[in-house]
Amino acid sequence: MGLESKLKQDNFITTKLDAIIAWSRKSSVWPMPMGISCCAIEMMAAADPKYDIARFGSEVMRFTPRQCDLMIVAGTVTYKMAHVVRKIYDQMPDPKWVIAMGACTSSGGMYRSYNVVQGIDQFLPVDVYLAGCPPRPDNLLNALIQIQDKISRTKARDFPNKPLPELKVLQEN
Amino acid sequence: MELKETILKNLKEKFPAVNFEETEFRGELTLTFDKKFVVEVCSFLKENTELQFNMCTDVTAIDWAKRKNRFTVVYQIYSLSHKFRLRLKCNVDESDCSINSVSSVWKSANWYERETYDMYGITFNNHPDLRRMYMPEDFEYHPLRKDFPLMGIPGSLPLPKKD
Repeated sequence: MGLESKLKQDNFITTKLDAIIAWSRKSSVWPMPMGISCCAIEMMAAADPKYDIARFGSEVMRFTPRQCDLMIVAGTVTYKMAHVVRKIYDQMPDPKWVIAMGACTSSGGMYRSYNVVQGIDQFLPVDVYLAGCPPRPDNLLNALIQIQDKISRTKARDFPNKPLPELKVLQEN
Repeated sequence: MELKETILKNLKEKFPAVNFEETEFRGELTLTFDKKFVVEVCSFLKENTELQFNMCTDVTAIDWAKRKNRFTVVYQIYSLSHKFRLRLKCNVDESDCSINSVSSVWKSANWYERETYDMYGITFNNHPDLRRMYMPEDFEYHPLRKDFPLMGIPGSLPLPKKD
């Protein structure tokens, strides 16, 4: 980021609070690995040394939704699983983002059938749709970069403190 | 004597009243018989020392849509000691859409029968725990029936609300 060179000179920078908050947010996007089927293998590959998702600050795959900013829905979502995915999404603290990874999550993919949700945008707000069956790890990194671009355009006041959804809503979903 | 002949001889001796219709396709033997005797025949095939069909690999069904006996329940069984596969078929009509459960004979039939119940709506009498296997428990239809549309019945599977 060129910060090191700044340290040698004046030892301080001027910036906007919005900018530095967005910068720190986008540099430490902690993913929730919602690995439901084969796309999860490519998601795991994205974390290995060859593709190294740590270069983008997203190596901390958290298996509790309470510590996550980004949900990577990787795999076929059936109608039964949709309720689980939504329940986990509801438990993530704001602000949060969603990647629909692969053809199945984006549109139902090859499963044009009664049991598979034809696109998770029917019950989740999706930020980036990712093509491929499954997408290659570098494609996932591309989606992550797009999420980072989206985060860097946000302002801190876009995300006021929202109350957590009531227990009743969670149970309904 | 080949095992195939042993099976038929034993079955005909034990159940003279039952009509076993035998067909053979690519060396695999299939026996079709009345659904009333399914538990007796299955436990005989398992317990008989000459046969020992001690493994039930699958229970499923066929929906013939317009035929008189609409469904056929199919049992795929295997004799580990003889390395022999046998297929049993029983016709089930829609008016009396039930058959006795063989889960008392082979424990593995328990889940196979649940799956068949879920997908075809055939009730298995005396089943210890006849719940749906795949679909939600409050689902009203049976997806592998021929009259079930490919994309399902709109509104039958609820989704979570999108804010």
